[in-house]
Amino acid sequence: MDKLKLTFPHMGDYGIVAKYLFEHILNVDVFISPPITNKTIEIGNKYSPNFVCTPFKYTLGTMIEGLNKNADIIVQAGGGCRYGYYGELQEKILKDLDYNFEFINLVTCGKTDLKKISSMLKKIDPKFSKIKAIYYLIIARNMVKYMDEIDDIIRSNVGFEIDKGSFKRLKTRMLNSFSKTRSLFGLRRNYKNFKKEFLNLKTNKPKKPIKIGIIGELYTVMEPFANYELENMLALYGMEVKRFTNVNYLLFEKHKKIKKYLKYAKKYIKYKMGSDAADNIARTKYLCENDYDGIIHIKSSFCTPEIGAMPIINKICKEYNVPIIFFSFDSSTSEVGIKTRIEAFYDMIEMRRKNEKMLYRN
Amino acid sequence: MKKCYIGIDIGSISTKAVVIDEKNKIISSLYIWTSGNPVEAVKKLIRKLKPTIPKDYVIKGIGTTGSARKLIGLLTDASVVKNEITAHAIGTLSLYPDVKTILEIGGQDSKIILIDNKIITDYSMNTLCAAGTGSFLSSQAKRLDIDINDFGDLALSSTNPVKIAARCTVFAESDLIHKAQVGYDKKDIVAGLCKSIVINYLNNVGKGKKIQSPIVFQGGVSKNKGVVKYFKEILSSDIIVDENSHLMGALGVAILSKSKETDKVFNLDICDIPFETKGEECNRCSNNCEILKIYKDSNLIDAWGNKCGRTVT
Repeated sequence: MDKLKLTFPHMGDYGIVAKYLFEHILNVDVFISPPITNKTIEIGNKYSPNFVCTPFKYTLGTMIEGLNKNADIIVQAGGGCRYGYYGELQEKILKDLDYNFEFINLVTCGKTDLKKISSMLKKIDPKFSKIKAIYYLIIARNMVKYMDEIDDIIRSNVGFEIDKGSFKRLKTRMLNSFSKTRSLFGLRRNYKNFKKEFLNLKTNKPKKPIKIGIIGELYTVMEPFANYELENMLALYGMEVKRFTNVNYLLFEKHKKIKKYLKYAKKYIKYKMGSDAADNIARTKYLCENDYDGIIHIKSSFCTPEIGAMPIINKICKEYNVPIIFFSFDSSTSEVGIKTRIEAFYDMIEMRRKNEKMLYRN
Repeated sequence: MKKCYIGIDIGSISTKAVVIDEKNKIISSLYIWTSGNPVEAVKKLIRKLKPTIPKDYVIKGIGTTGSARKLIGLLTDASVVKNEITAHAIGTLSLYPDVKTILEIGGQDSKIILIDNKIITDYSMNTLCAAGTGSFLSSQAKRLDIDINDFGDLALSSTNPVKIAARCTVFAESDLIHKAQVGYDKKDIVAGLCKSIVINYLNNVGKGKKIQSPIVFQGGVSKNKGVVKYFKEILSSDIIVDENSHLMGALGVAILSKSKETDKVFNLDICDIPFETKGEECNRCSNNCEILKIYKDSNLIDAWGNKCGRTVT
């Protein structure tokens, strides 16, 4: 019998880690669904409720594309807000469309039930071993951490690269090499070598570059296709980008940091507001206090937690006099409109800088 | 020889151009309809503009702005291609250095720009919605069979504007038809429309923005006296409307082109060169990007629209 085929929806480059993990703990063929394209979104739109937020549409679209490539197993994960229930609904929609597949939902009813997941995995692969799974989970966890650390380096430097595309090329090479990891130590050595290479790439970064913070809803922030490659757009203008949300933060740091965040921003917020809303309020304060030139807040349309956070974020920015723009992306947002606003945002920041310099001189 | 600079603002509804001298003084200006064809509109514009530039001037810079800025920037070989927000702010600041708030309503978009100490501090622009823009006004004027030029005066003559649902153009339109059918006076309906534009604008782009005077109102709709009146009434503040309020974007980008001046001298021969644009779907992957190719004298000079960065041939 052929091996079962497993796939999962995209988010940024993390597909590589998920592929690595499932390949090693289950006796299945893992494939990364085709890259998200306009077609994916069209399919997702067609079968999604109209007023659901875009991550639902994007992930449903990739799942269908995966199923059309004969996937037998689909993995979905999520949580924090409505997203925690997306798995159930998507499974129902796909089953109604007569697709025949096994659905592994890592978050059921908003919670992760390890026992249930482990028995499900056992059903798929009778030889599934928990100890082996734990070992590879540790490797995957570190891989995510290393990838996120490298991404931070890239974001703060790529806008100033001398050889265009050098960061992107090196990153592709790194991901390629990460996916062939054999052991934890090998991964660590590999990461250190690549980090050195990244830091050695030539840039012409000025002493005080324009620094922008990106905050907002997690999926839109992390999936470049969903935010119209905003980070690339900013890099082209020669700006340093700071982004807080990544998988490492969401899975391993959030539960520790959220209390600190609430304390730090206690002037503005008392309770958690679901998803990353409270985090983003605290981050706004951090960005304002640490000389960032501007903040960009992005979310998918209808994202309720972020809608709740936006007036507070706006207020903080007014208090500190830091410019901010809000973007709400839907599946039908025009890219030209985004570019116009980003360009104006850049002009505005540049004007402010020049003005500051002049005041300084006088 | 004296130097001059041209700014072209190609909007969805109208195309504007100004020629300025070195002291930012407007030498000549022009305002024509875009009629859905920016290339033809600009050719026509330049054909008309050419004779108005005195013989002793040389053109040292061309700037483009507006929604067709990229295309026209390419055709005219412009030295500056700038977004509307920056262009409008620069243009207005050159005439009103103390301005704090710029309200702008154009054909298809509306924006608000806040200025403090001569720099932009905040701005916002309408998204995906034509409510509270010029195109809505002009389509309603057509429906009511009123010349858009008389619209303002008619609105001013009303003392009792009708209430029109201002949220959305679709609602506004059905409300408007209803009000007309039950027998309200035309001038009251027109006044109500002007008021709804103002309320819509303030609720939409102006939301959460601190509007401080001096306030400058510009863009095509600023020519409508009715809208100006209700802005004054609702903001209870004086509103400055420049006689060239529709040209601010073009003026701003002309000023910007001055700062990018090189030795290059521009000629205006584009009106004689055939330009052709061709749109096609790429079909090389499932993104199906719409690629626009621009031909000059049937040679491909540029193409854009693809996501992958592949060189289009």
